[in-house]
Amino acid sequence: MPAHVPNAGLTRRDLLKRTGGLAALAAFTAACGGNTGRPSTDGGGGGAKVTLSQWYHQYGEAGTQQAAQKYAKAYTDANVAVQWTPGDYGSKLSSGLLSSKGPDVFESQLNIGMVKSNQVVALDDIIADVKDDFLPGDLATNTVDGKIYGVRMIIDPQVIYYRKSMLDKAGIKPPETIDDLIAAAKELTTNKVKGIFVGNDGGLALGSPALWAAGGDRLTKDHKPGFSGEGPAKMFGKLRELYASKSILLGSPTDWTDPGAINQGLVAMQWIGMWAVPGMQKVLGDDLGVIPFPALDASNKPAVYSGGWTQFVSAKSANVEAAKKFVKWLWIEKEDFQEDWSLNYGFHIPPRKSLAAKASKLQSGVAADTVKLNQEYGHTDDPAWTPKMGTAFGDMLTNVIKKGADPAAEIAKAEKTVNDELSRLFG
Amino acid sequence: MSAPVKTSADPAAAGERRGPRRRRQKGIAGNTLWFWLFVGPFVLGLLIFSYLPILWSLVLSFFEAYNTVTPSKFVGLQNYVDMLTDRNFLSSLGTFTIFAVFIVPLTFVLSLALALLVNQVKVARAFFRSVFFLPTACSYVVASLIWKLSIFNGVRFGLANTVLGWFGIENIAWLSTVDPPWYWIPLVTVRLWLQLGFYMILFIAGLQRISPTLYEAAYVDGAKPGWQVFRYITLPQLRATSVAVLILNLIAAYQAFDEFYNLVGNVNYARPPLVYLYGISLGSIQDLGHGSAGALILAVIIMLVTLLQNRIFGFGKAGD
Repeated sequence: MPAHVPNAGLTRRDLLKRTGGLAALAAFTAACGGNTGRPSTDGGGGGAKVTLSQWYHQYGEAGTQQAAQKYAKAYTDANVAVQWTPGDYGSKLSSGLLSSKGPDVFESQLNIGMVKSNQVVALDDIIADVKDDFLPGDLATNTVDGKIYGVRMIIDPQVIYYRKSMLDKAGIKPPETIDDLIAAAKELTTNKVKGIFVGNDGGLALGSPALWAAGGDRLTKDHKPGFSGEGPAKMFGKLRELYASKSILLGSPTDWTDPGAINQGLVAMQWIGMWAVPGMQKVLGDDLGVIPFPALDASNKPAVYSGGWTQFVSAKSANVEAAKKFVKWLWIEKEDFQEDWSLNYGFHIPPRKSLAAKASKLQSGVAADTVKLNQEYGHTDDPAWTPKMGTAFGDMLTNVIKKGADPAAEIAKAEKTVNDELSRLFG
Repeated sequence: MSAPVKTSADPAAAGERRGPRRRRQKGIAGNTLWFWLFVGPFVLGLLIFSYLPILWSLVLSFFEAYNTVTPSKFVGLQNYVDMLTDRNFLSSLGTFTIFAVFIVPLTFVLSLALALLVNQVKVARAFFRSVFFLPTACSYVVASLIWKLSIFNGVRFGLANTVLGWFGIENIAWLSTVDPPWYWIPLVTVRLWLQLGFYMILFIAGLQRISPTLYEAAYVDGAKPGWQVFRYITLPQLRATSVAVLILNLIAAYQAFDEFYNLVGNVNYARPPLVYLYGISLGSIQDLGHGSAGALILAVIIMLVTLLQNRIFGFGKAGD
């Protein structure tokens, strides 16, 4: 193109250079951004409104994500953006809480490390009026140094569900001790069906219930390891016996949190939470019974892991007061939403005693039995039990269950890690 | 009269001389500008997202840093001492060693074999190259899930168990059985499937660099086609490629994460270093002091092993 022509336009090379440069810049600036769960605009809800980011893990029950979004939309004092996280929610949350770009409001389980590193704010002021309406265990699991840091959203008892017809056919009564359970699992195993499914890892989820059912605890009240001694060692040895009996299902396409294995007839019994009851009833109808984790022997009590989720407010939030106000609205004031969340998708026990008493769906059948077992044998988490302790405990169980290592020796190794962690936290 | 001599004072002449230089200078400035405009963002990205975190990790490794990326208490070399005496970290290095012992020689031999086969194909050569190279484009996570859910699940309708069933063999819980450690089969095969094509392409490039005259000379000297030619011509000529493949393979084995995390999870019997370090620093434990120390120890080990391997095989020597 002749150079003397004014405004001759861009040469092909110029055009390529400029668009390439712009594209590179755009790519770089895009890479510098991050998805914090907040919308890019205020969502059209009015300029002055605060925008809050609320993080959930992915619930397995259909309709839960839409329900969470419905609650968020119904809140008028702030724009609430729900971030629904499939996969490893725990790791994503941990990373998110390190920065101010994490959630304002999130669900999790409390551990003392979160308090010591100032990741969560105390919620005593918003829960004070209804404190008595919560179960003591649900308050204790969220209390550190006398302050309450979270509002329990749901209680998820974890127990063993079984096919009544299969046990009846084999002439087996619901197991009451761990030896009964091992014997039943063996008896129920055929070339098509395994006796029990406790997770593809061979039973790590059973660790704490088994410990409680042997008279132990993860930590004592005065913050010492509570999982040593003859009872726990014997019980962990029994878990190994169950694993080695070839009567447990391993390698299921879905893990123990999903009722796929029992629903597809792969097993006669499954360790799972009450959340799966509607899904199991849909497939199996009334052919469903429930037992707690069986006791080591007659001198011990069975155990139920009373798990669940709690709502927290991030201390790094730029809008702590607005976030607290939202938590109060959703998880204390809006009883209809709490009831919806607990009962219309999977089954969970509403943490508020007043709501639990009204929960008609939990007043009959296997759901009612589970609620009763939870009341009698339920154990909640101790916030002094940190993820580092949990990892040491899990490694100990893996070595005992899968490798057949000596339980007493493995307990001693785990105790050392737990003691080091306790020294760091409590001096 | 002699023709007037043009001096430097002659503006026209000076203009003639300076003109092209000015244009050249302007051109260089333009090129430099465009160079930085294209390369700058990536250099900046490298600095911000790679070098700065490495430096920050170095700082954190000397401090206590639980649930925070801000150093909280100086502990000197204690984090390094803890990690070097941590049986789980040492065991993760053991897991890596077993993995490397399987994956490095297998990848080397199979990718070389594939390259030799594909290179000899006379028809549909591009098709065969593509077929073996395509898995490289697949995500490790997706491939791991296919391996876990469809091929190596432990129930009767898993592909591997279905095939075993034809021979009357009982179902195997591939990913959950420690004794015998069947989990190594899915772990190794998924990586082989994913990376063989890439190394095959490297070997094909290496094979195509070998001058045909060498083969002709070998035949003239009486070398027999097949093993003898491969042993004395092909393999020595592929030395540079072979060393590169071995080094890349070993580094990739150290960095194994996705297939372990997605196939077996964070279990202590099959936990490579990155899964362990992820668990303690970026996972729920959030112990970034120890995690940083472990990451730097691992980086130093990778560097030392690479240098050692380099020295042994003489990568980049003249004549390669």
